[in-house]
Amino acid sequence: MRHEQIETNSGLMLLLILVVISIGGLIEIVPLFYINETVEDVKGSVRPYTPLEMRGRDIYIREGCYLCHSQQIRPFRDEWLRYGHYSLAAESQYDHPFQWGSKRTGPDLARVGGKYSNQWQVQHLNAPRSVVPQSIMPNYPWLLTTALDYSDVADRMRALRWTGVPYSVTQAEYDRNVKTFGKATADLLDITQAQDTLLKQAREGEFDGDPSRITEMDALVAYLQILGTMVDFSQYDEGYFAKFR
Amino acid sequence: MSQSSALPAEQYNYSIVRRFTIMAMVWAVLGMSVGVYIASELAWPFLNFDIPQLTFGRLRPTHTTMVIFGFGGSALFATSYYVVQRTSQARLAFPWLAEFTFWGWTGGVALGVLSYVFGITQGREYAEFEWPLDIAITLVWVSYFVVYVETLRRRNQPHIYVANWFYLAFIVAVALLHIFNNLAVPVSLTKSYSLFAGVQDAMTQWWYGHNAVGFFLTAAFLGMMYYFVPKQAGRPIYSYRLSIIHFWALIFLYMWVGGHHLHWTALPDWVSTLAATFSVILLMPSWGGMINGIMTLSGAWDKLRSDPVMLFLITSLSFYGMSTFEGPLMSLKSVNALSHYTDWTVGHVHSGALGWVAMVSFGSFYHLIPRLWNARMYSQSLIYVHFWLATIGIVLYITSMWVAGIGQGLMLRSFDDYGNLAYTFIETVEFMHTPYVWRALGGAFFVTGVLIMVYNMAMTIARRQPATEAELSAKPAQA
Repeated sequence: MRHEQIETNSGLMLLLILVVISIGGLIEIVPLFYINETVEDVKGSVRPYTPLEMRGRDIYIREGCYLCHSQQIRPFRDEWLRYGHYSLAAESQYDHPFQWGSKRTGPDLARVGGKYSNQWQVQHLNAPRSVVPQSIMPNYPWLLTTALDYSDVADRMRALRWTGVPYSVTQAEYDRNVKTFGKATADLLDITQAQDTLLKQAREGEFDGDPSRITEMDALVAYLQILGTMVDFSQYDEGYFAKFR
Repeated sequence: MSQSSALPAEQYNYSIVRRFTIMAMVWAVLGMSVGVYIASELAWPFLNFDIPQLTFGRLRPTHTTMVIFGFGGSALFATSYYVVQRTSQARLAFPWLAEFTFWGWTGGVALGVLSYVFGITQGREYAEFEWPLDIAITLVWVSYFVVYVETLRRRNQPHIYVANWFYLAFIVAVALLHIFNNLAVPVSLTKSYSLFAGVQDAMTQWWYGHNAVGFFLTAAFLGMMYYFVPKQAGRPIYSYRLSIIHFWALIFLYMWVGGHHLHWTALPDWVSTLAATFSVILLMPSWGGMINGIMTLSGAWDKLRSDPVMLFLITSLSFYGMSTFEGPLMSLKSVNALSHYTDWTVGHVHSGALGWVAMVSFGSFYHLIPRLWNARMYSQSLIYVHFWLATIGIVLYITSMWVAGIGQGLMLRSFDDYGNLAYTFIETVEFMHTPYVWRALGGAFFVTGVLIMVYNMAMTIARRQPATEAELSAKPAQA
């Protein structure tokens, strides 16, 4: 075909453009949904976020934390020493949207869970330079003073359930969760109990240090403290995860 | 250069082009000023002032959206509507629909930017608009497509000029990317959750993200280049054959390379290797475009000495060549291991965004403004001043980001004699302070240049001949 035919026919040109630009995405993206090895098998150890953690994650997104902090550790020695085991696809399988980030103005947070006390996290979020003098992170004082809005937490879980996150509404779904994650976790993922679950975790967790009220700080710290802690790497042989790469 | 009096104004719809041109400059001033502000926040964090709406995390999407979609988008609407009319010798189809694209786009970007400041965001880089705005933008985009294609169909020329191929590919590709990347399940008007999760979501997002660069910021601006460089040089495009080859190669290859943003992550290696491979191959069509643009000036190189507009256009192509060389380099896994997550990436983006996208737009606007308002530019020397401020600004920006990025990358991976990490993370943050100050200064240079252009443009418009006003508002003849 001579190019003259294409450049004198807008319909033909349009069609060819559409074909040419579709190929790359079709070949690189579509298989990711079908190839089983894309996401590692971690035997149900990665669970969806609890209602409180999920609300914390919403706040993480709202404040644009992902613009300075990644959540994706790469398989290098320095990252291993600094952050821990490299990130698995399984660890973000319930992350809608993913928050891997693209820039480390601050350190990676993929395994920040449990590294610092709740008290440190609160102090640091409230006034970073009071604990790390050279930090350039903004202060987030409003997290401690803003009450957490959890009125629509069940709606949020329902939307996530629609995308495929195994939060349960029906008894059958609940039973499935008991089988996969155990009863204690299945209770946390029950949408019909969402508000109670959230309140209970916030009161018992003492995330912001004040159990009398539930703030955005409670939710955010609950989320940060779970990051990267779900997979117990001592359960797996050296090289097991390499099979999935 | 003499132009053909009142005829074009009657024949073509210039009013929409003029408005988009003005809005592009408004967004440039706003978006780039916010850029300087957030750059300063990184150097002096007290500037966050403990005010949620002013924090870096909320202002950064505001900056990128105003510059890419506000400034870049309006510049593309303006020039594409101009180019499609001129090269098709046909008046813009469906004027009311074109009108809708202006208000829809301007309103959409404005609302989006406001929503980020108040914490409403999808949390996906360069696709932060929440779902109602995504739908609104889709409608605007479909209208744009209809107006553009129908104008092409009404052309009084058998051939579709090469600039339009690029604009067309840009319009189609951006529609495809925008729709698939923004599939989400809404909770309320202001909150939704992306349909995909984790690794699939990451790949979809960077397929979108890199092609926002490839089609929004590259293919479309090449369309701009293919009209305004030959026009300003007064010479035909260097090679017609090269333009065919590099067009099809460019739009085919770009769609494969998004995975290079995810090297060494949980994305399977086969995708990231494919992405790196195609990124390296992409150098060829990229440089094909640069060569075709720069060589158009062959035989008329003296214009670089006499014509500041040409200086803008050719410098933009040089930056295009430089950043499309740096890109494939950074997409190599070994280089990426160092460069990823650092300011080297930020510097790379800005050598493309400021050096290529903004410079080619300014050059094109300096060509357009006298024709749109039928007046001579108020000051030629101010164009030179703008050029040098912009160039110095870009050089300061890129070099400071090389220092910050490569420096941080090297520090993070260095070990002491005992095999322990040589630096803590916070020591790299301390190290980056000085380059951050220089970067903010570079940005300030660039914005000052833009302000001078706005002044020059305003004076040009203010001092145009009263007679032309009558001509311009004369009832347009049906083409």
